[in-house]
Amino acid sequence: MIRYILRRLLGAIPTLFLVVTVAFFLIRIAPGGPFDAERALEPTVLANLNAYFHLDKPLYEQYFRYLGNLLQGDMGPSFFRRDFSVHELLADGLPVSMLLGSLALLMAVVFGSILGCIAALRQNSWIDYTVIAIATFGITVPNFVVAPILALIFGVALNLLPTGGWGGGHPANLVMPVIALGLPQVAVIARLIRGAMIEALRSDHVRTARAYGLPTRMIVVTHSLRAACLPAVSYLGPAAAGLLTGSIVIEQVFGLPGIGREFVNAALSRDYTLVMGTVIVIAVFVLIFNLIVDILYAALDPRVRYE
Amino acid sequence: MTDPILDIKDIHVSFDTPDGPVDAVRGVNMKVIPGETVAIVGESGSGKSQAMMATMGLLADNGTVRGSAIYRGTQLIGMSKSDLNKIRGAKITMIFQEPMTSLDPLYSIEFQICEPLRVHGGLSKQAARDRALELLELVQIPNAKDRLKAYPHELSGGQRQRVMIAMALANNPDLLIADEPTTALDVTIQAEILALLADLQKRLGMSILFITHDLGIVDAFADRVYVMRAGQVVEEGPAEQIFNAPREDYTKLLLGAEPDGTKDPVPETAPMVLSANDMVVTFSSGGGFLGGKLREVKAVKDVSLSLQKGQTLGIVGESGSGKSTLGRAILQLLPSDGRVVFADNVISGLSRHQMQAYRRDLQMVFQDPYGSLSPRMTVGEIVTEGLLVHEPGISAKDRDRRATEALRAVDLDPAVRRRFPHEFSGGQRQRIAIARAVILRPTVMVLDEPTSALDRSVQKQIITLLRDIQTELELSYIFISHDLSVVRALSDTVMVMKNGEVVEHGSTANIFNAPTSDYTRHLMRAAFDLKSVLKEHANTIA
Ligand SMILES: Nc1ncnc2c1ncn2[C@@H]1O[C@H](COP(=O)(O)OP(=O)(O)OP(=O)(O)O)[C@@H](O)[C@H]1O
Ligand SMILES: [Mg+2]
Repeated sequence: MIRYILRRLLGAIPTLFLVVTVAFFLIRIAPGGPFDAERALEPTVLANLNAYFHLDKPLYEQYFRYLGNLLQGDMGPSFFRRDFSVHELLADGLPVSMLLGSLALLMAVVFGSILGCIAALRQNSWIDYTVIAIATFGITVPNFVVAPILALIFGVALNLLPTGGWGGGHPANLVMPVIALGLPQVAVIARLIRGAMIEALRSDHVRTARAYGLPTRMIVVTHSLRAACLPAVSYLGPAAAGLLTGSIVIEQVFGLPGIGREFVNAALSRDYTLVMGTVIVIAVFVLIFNLIVDILYAALDPRVRYE
Repeated sequence: MTDPILDIKDIHVSFDTPDGPVDAVRGVNMKVIPGETVAIVGESGSGKSQAMMATMGLLADNGTVRGSAIYRGTQLIGMSKSDLNKIRGAKITMIFQEPMTSLDPLYSIEFQICEPLRVHGGLSKQAARDRALELLELVQIPNAKDRLKAYPHELSGGQRQRVMIAMALANNPDLLIADEPTTALDVTIQAEILALLADLQKRLGMSILFITHDLGIVDAFADRVYVMRAGQVVEEGPAEQIFNAPREDYTKLLLGAEPDGTKDPVPETAPMVLSANDMVVTFSSGGGFLGGKLREVKAVKDVSLSLQKGQTLGIVGESGSGKSTLGRAILQLLPSDGRVVFADNVISGLSRHQMQAYRRDLQMVFQDPYGSLSPRMTVGEIVTEGLLVHEPGISAKDRDRRATEALRAVDLDPAVRRRFPHEFSGGQRQRIAIARAVILRPTVMVLDEPTSALDRSVQKQIITLLRDIQTELELSYIFISHDLSVVRALSDTVMVMKNGEVVEHGSTANIFNAPTSDYTRHLMRAAFDLKSVLKEHANTIA
């Protein structure tokens, strides 16, 4: 098991290297540079800036310099917010995004599975139809619609919650972003669990469990729910990585200082190093969560156990 | 006459389907008296299984039951779930027709055998485990002790069925309802299991109600027989009477439906289509979630074979002898060593992608029709799925026409296209699986127990069907079965396997009339002379 994890972690290194390389060159292909967006600079100032950040060197040299620094844990200074290093910006933004993301994730898992289970057990009842309706709503209505509507109702009209801002992570500031971020995930998970659960309840081995007089609790929890979790687990891997690394839309709408917003700003202003930093963070999260999913999956399903 | 232990009166079962209600069982009466063995026979889809499901409160959601089923004075129909659960699994136990899917794939067999023991008998963990081991030994699972921790997917179909039988016997039930209990087993183990059941029945006074399509078993094993057709019992009586003086035409038809005829051998000049040399398949198993010891099992050891155009190779052997594994390995559905040549191309070692070009020519019909039919696709979609992959050019209309043809060819009403697999009986599912392969007009078909879920009358049709498409399309078959009479009727050559090795390989006539190995002889006797084998067992036990 430990060996398996180590092997997977080692296997992740080339992937990460590939991501870094591709991202590095891709962003350079995009037209424009980090210092274009501001008022046209004096050519000499621009030259100085370029020289300072080694942007005047050939691309491959910049690439190897970046790789070298990266190996020492240095992601360089931000080009755009020049007083900060990428490291500092990420260290500021990441906790915000992760807090937001993990709360949304928790909400998705808890409410999604409960709703999905209830709907499956009461298939074709009004509860089931309500869950399906909520799920359809959650999936079809994008969160750039949900978020402003929430803000309008609870922030502006009812004046119950702050319409935006971080407020030092005050719970009141988190409520709406977490709901807006988590709702679609609740919907997806509820639907996945419902479908898988209905299938499991119909399966031959559940019939066996019934024929052997097992109590309902064992039939549902032991013989159906475990199987019903499998598709949700596979879905949650990439989804969790996405949630924890910040949502561009939610952070923008509620004015939260997470790395999702940082990423957009960085990309728009061709802040090469900051873009690279965010890409690396996201890649690491995706790799880690894929590993977690595989481990969870193997723990749940003996048919896919590795060695 | 003693009071019946189970008295079923006027049971009706109907299912709600998108095409309207299906009346699966229409007024069935049956009785079982203590210590008696009762057989239910009848064509596929005649409602045998559903009558039992209804009695035990196990109908699918869309099914409803009417009528009465009295167990020792208690009405089972309409009984509350909690009361029913005191009887199910304790007093009355069941063995299901689908051994591959009837166990939960996520739990070890120990867990699953212990569950009812602990729920009904209140056994401690250790006591339940001891009993589970005892039961596995009773049903002759090899290395029972190591197998306790095994998961269903690590066992062969026959072994899974034996685990089911162990579960069914765990609480010393009054009545065992067994739906094709030995269908997935090879003949030698079938004889042993039947002898075992007969013995337990004598010792414990248990009654057995079993469904089978194998009249050999009925003849050797049952006291009384019910013959079902189209949801009704058409004839009932003591076994001798049914066999010696059947009244109904349908019963006569069933009795006369033993597979007959033999295949004309292909000319020696027929071109070679497939050959496999020195096939070896190794599985590693064991090794729990947190590591642990790993066992390597050689499921197929140095097997070679060849197949000419239009030829049928029958592979027989006991469960776990590697027949299915060999079939899959040849079609490159499993990693294996050895060289496989199809139509002058080496196909062993090809990537999945490269194999794609040959998939259409090399079709497989799987042993477990339910497990291999996707539950969320309609029959029409299942049957035409291969066409979409291999003949993407043809129009939806042509596809539909081909589906209709294929379903007709396997004697299913083309109108079933819009229904889902779980709405079909075991035999109907098997025909769907055959239709799915035939529709592609392949060159070689590996048929893995294609007729074992079918009753004799349908089996005969399928045999005729397989013969017809073989001549028409010049197909070659690899026919895997433990049913020796079907193998005899269909094969040019026969290979007998045991423990992954070939015991004997020769022309059908030679294998059946002049077997050279003890093992083959043993096999023949268990298949064609079950009665005397059972008698012998009874004598040695007594
Ligand atoms: N859930 C369901 N919905 C609709 N029809 C069903 C359902 N289950 C079974 N049936 C139908 O009920 C009929 C009887 O099925 P049953 O399983 O009892 O057949 P059987 O006699 O056991 O056949 P076999 O020998 O092939 O197992 C079949 O026509 C089948 O299609
Ligand atoms: Mg049946």
